[in-house]
Amino acid sequence: MDDRLSRFRDRAQAEGLVDVAYTETDSPVGRLLVAVTDRGLVRVSFQRERRDDVLEELAERLSPRVLEAPRRLDEVRRELDQYFQGERTEFELPLDWSLTSTPFRRKVLERTAQVPYGATISYRDAAEAAGNERAVRAAGTALGANPIPIVVPCHRVLRTGGALGGYGGGLDAKRFLLDLESGRSTVTGG
Amino acid sequence: MAGTRSPHVKLPPFQLLLDRHSGELFRFLSASVGPVDAEDAFQETFLSALRAYPKLRDGSHLRAWLFQIAHRKALDVHRARGRNPIPVEQVPEAAVSVGGDAEPALWRAVRRLPDKQRTAVFLRFAADLDYAQIGVALSCSEPAARQNVRAGLATIRKGWGDG
Repeated sequence: MDDRLSRFRDRAQAEGLVDVAYTETDSPVGRLLVAVTDRGLVRVSFQRERRDDVLEELAERLSPRVLEAPRRLDEVRRELDQYFQGERTEFELPLDWSLTSTPFRRKVLERTAQVPYGATISYRDAAEAAGNERAVRAAGTALGANPIPIVVPCHRVLRTGGALGGYGGGLDAKRFLLDLESGRSTVTGG
Repeated sequence: MAGTRSPHVKLPPFQLLLDRHSGELFRFLSASVGPVDAEDAFQETFLSALRAYPKLRDGSHLRAWLFQIAHRKALDVHRARGRNPIPVEQVPEAAVSVGGDAEPALWRAVRRLPDKQRTAVFLRFAADLDYAQIGVALSCSEPAARQNVRAGLATIRKGWGDG
């Protein structure tokens, strides 16, 4: 059965019939689902989001031709592994912003993508970069809806004064990522 | 890729169709054309389905739709064999009830039925579809689906008795 399915997967790939390829991969912050389109990485989701819900979202918003195709995610998994080992401070993956629907949210996330490894900004900074420093709450919503967490590092956005704020992957994951980037992490082997 | 899909039809991710139905579709194909030809027919079935998937106008009969495609692929195999006939095996004498784990000899008897009867019998007993679903898969009415199953079973029983 596995042979049969992987043969199908290969042929579907070869014929260009897979619009959204995904796989699941283990990480120190739990199992991640990662998905790519021809344009690039389109989605990273944490374990707390149900797999089927994420796949439904991809089918509805991008294309119903969603297939598990681990090999197309090799590069994504490699960069994530390096990041969690403390060996990578920047991702070089092309990104597909299709799941970010409004220009404001896109600006907030693009600003967030520029925050360097180990640094943080405030929600107000993110809002300001998107052209409206008073839209702090909207910036928080944009970050909460970040379809590509970790790679677009919304964990580097904190409350003014340094409180953690929120995180789609849970506050433990946010704390873990910040610790990892500050060199305080005890979990990764490096 | 957004341009190819039809509007207002909510389709599940194709992977879920594969997860849910690949096993039963293979069993159906295996019963219908034998395990060797079933491998290619399986690939062709799911590739055809994936090609057509974003353009589907109706997302409510996906399982029957997949069996409809599988049925056509099985017909292709049977037609190809018709052009290159293979010897017909002896029909065994013992009567066996038709079921999912029925012995291959019985499936061989089913395989000799006319196209619609054969497929209807396989869809009913190898794939466990109800008559409404068989109707969708065979593009006929529910009573016609029922009639095809009945006629197919009658022919097999007769063959068994004559054997």
